Amino acid sequence: MRFRGRSYMAFVLTPELPIADWLIELDEWIRSSAGYFVGRPVVLDLSGVTLSSDRIAHLISELSARDVRVMGLEGTQAEIAPGLPPVLRGGRSVSSIEATENPRTKSPPAPAPRKEPASLLLSSPVRSGQTISFPDGDVTVLGSIASGAEVMAGGSIHVYGALRGRALAGAGGNRQARIFCSRIEAELVSVDGYYRTAEEVDASLRGRPAQAWLNGDTLMVATLE
Amino acid sequence: MTKVIVVTSGKGGVGKTTSTAALGAALAQSGQSVVVIDFDVGLRNLDLVMGAERRVVYDLINVVQGTVKLPQALIRDKRVETLFLLPASQTRDKDALTDDGVARVIAELREKFAWILCDSPAGIERGATLAMRHADAAIVVTNPEVSSVRDSDRIIGLLDSKTEKAEKGERIDKHLLITRYDAARAERGEMLKIEDVLEILSIPLLGIIPESQDVLRASNLGSPVTISSVESAAARAYQAAALRLCGQDIEMSIPTDKKGLFNRLFGRRAA
Repeated sequence: MRFRGRSYMAFVLTPELPIADWLIELDEWIRSSAGYFVGRPVVLDLSGVTLSSDRIAHLISELSARDVRVMGLEGTQAEIAPGLPPVLRGGRSVSSIEATENPRTKSPPAPAPRKEPASLLLSSPVRSGQTISFPDGDVTVLGSIASGAEVMAGGSIHVYGALRGRALAGAGGNRQARIFCSRIEAELVSVDGYYRTAEEVDASLRGRPAQAWLNGDTLMVATLE
Repeated sequence: MTKVIVVTSGKGGVGKTTSTAALGAALAQSGQSVVVIDFDVGLRNLDLVMGAERRVVYDLINVVQGTVKLPQALIRDKRVETLFLLPASQTRDKDALTDDGVARVIAELREKFAWILCDSPAGIERGATLAMRHADAAIVVTNPEVSSVRDSDRIIGLLDSKTEKAEKGERIDKHLLITRYDAARAERGEMLKIEDVLEILSIPLLGIIPESQDVLRASNLGSPVTISSVESAAARAYQAAALRLCGQDIEMSIPTDKKGLFNRLFGRRAA
C-alpha cells in the first residue's frame, strides 16, 4: 500500500458574521452566476468567525442546499464532529479568482492588441550624450552613432554610418543578436553583456565595415568585406 | 522677420564670443539692426570684446527680473550704429536667469531687431540651455580637434531636443563654424581635416575662420575683427559667413594670410 501526497486547487469561501446576511449575499451572487459552484471543490475559511461544531454543520448543510460542496475547513479552533469535512492546514493562496469570472456572462475575449513591429528606425544621427534604448527588438541607424553616444537594443543593431560610440545588442539575453556597421570606430561593442572595448578590437578593422556577434562566450568582431 | 541665433559650442575657449562679436558687426555693417546678447552670466566677456565694458550700467539680469526696461540696458556700438549689446551681469550667476524672463526679453527684442545673436556660455547647463531655448537657428562653433568636435556633437543633440522649436516638433537650423583653423598644421596632420569634422557632425558648413593674430589683437583692442582689421583673412571669412547667414550662396574657401590670395580648398557644402 502506498500513500502519496497531491495538491489541488480549491475555492475558498470566507463566511462573515452575521451568517444569515452573508448567506443572502451569497444567494444574490449565485443568482447572477448560476451553476458557478457546481462540481467545484470548496474550502470554508472560518478564521473570520467563531462557530461551534453544530453551527458549522448547519452552515455546511445550508451551503450544500445551494450546490456548494464543502471538502474541507480551515481556520477554526472548534472541536469538529465526525462526519464534517476535515480541517486543512498549510494552504497557499494563488492569484485571487475574481468573483466576476462567470462562464455565462463573460464577454468574448478582446481581440489581441496588434503587435507593433519590433524594430526602431533612427533617421538622424545619434549625437554624443544621447542614449537610445529599445529593449523590444532591432535598432537601425541611418546615420552615425557619435563618440559618447549609446544605443542599446534587445535585438540587433544596424548602423549605416560610422559607429563611434557604444552599441549594446542582445540586451536582455538575446545571444543571436549582432551588430552591423559600415564603419567601425566604436568605443565599445557588446552582445548579451559580452563586450569588447575599442582597444580590444583589431586595429586593422578600424574604419571598415564590420559585424560583431557572439561565438560561445567570445564576442567576435570581423569585417563584412 | 527677425532671426534669433544662438552661438554655441559646448566646449569653452573655441571662439564663441569672438565669433558672436565679429558676425554681429559684419551683419550690422550691411545696415541691418543687430543685437548681441551675452548669456554668460557671471563670466561675461562680450562687453570686453565689443569694447563696451566701460559703458555697462544695467544688464540682462536686470531686464529679465524686470528691474529696468530693455532700452535702458541696451548699449549702442560707437562705430556701427545699428549694432547693440545686451551685456550679462558679472556679479550674479546663471540661476538668476528664468525661462519666462528670457522668453519675454527675446520677444521684446524681436520687435526691434532683424538679428538677435545669443552668445552662449560653455557647458550644457542652465545658461547654455536658456541661450539656445528660443533660437530659430544655431551657429555651432568648433575647433578642428577631437574634444571640441565631440562637445559640439553633444550640443547639436541638445539643440534637437531642448529648444522650443524642437519641442514643437520643428527643426532648428544648424550651421557649423570652424574656427582657429591652421592650414599649415592641418597639412602636417596635426589637426582634424575639415572633411572629417563635417562627416562627424553632419551639419552644413557656414565658414572656416583661420587661426590669426588679427583675431587675438582685435579681442584685446575691444573691437571685433570685422571692424578693426576689415581686410584680414579672418575678417573676410567672417564677412563671408555673415553673407551665407543672410542666404547668399558664396563659395567656401579658406582665406589665407597671403594678401589677396584665396586658397580654395573645396567648393562643396556638407549634407
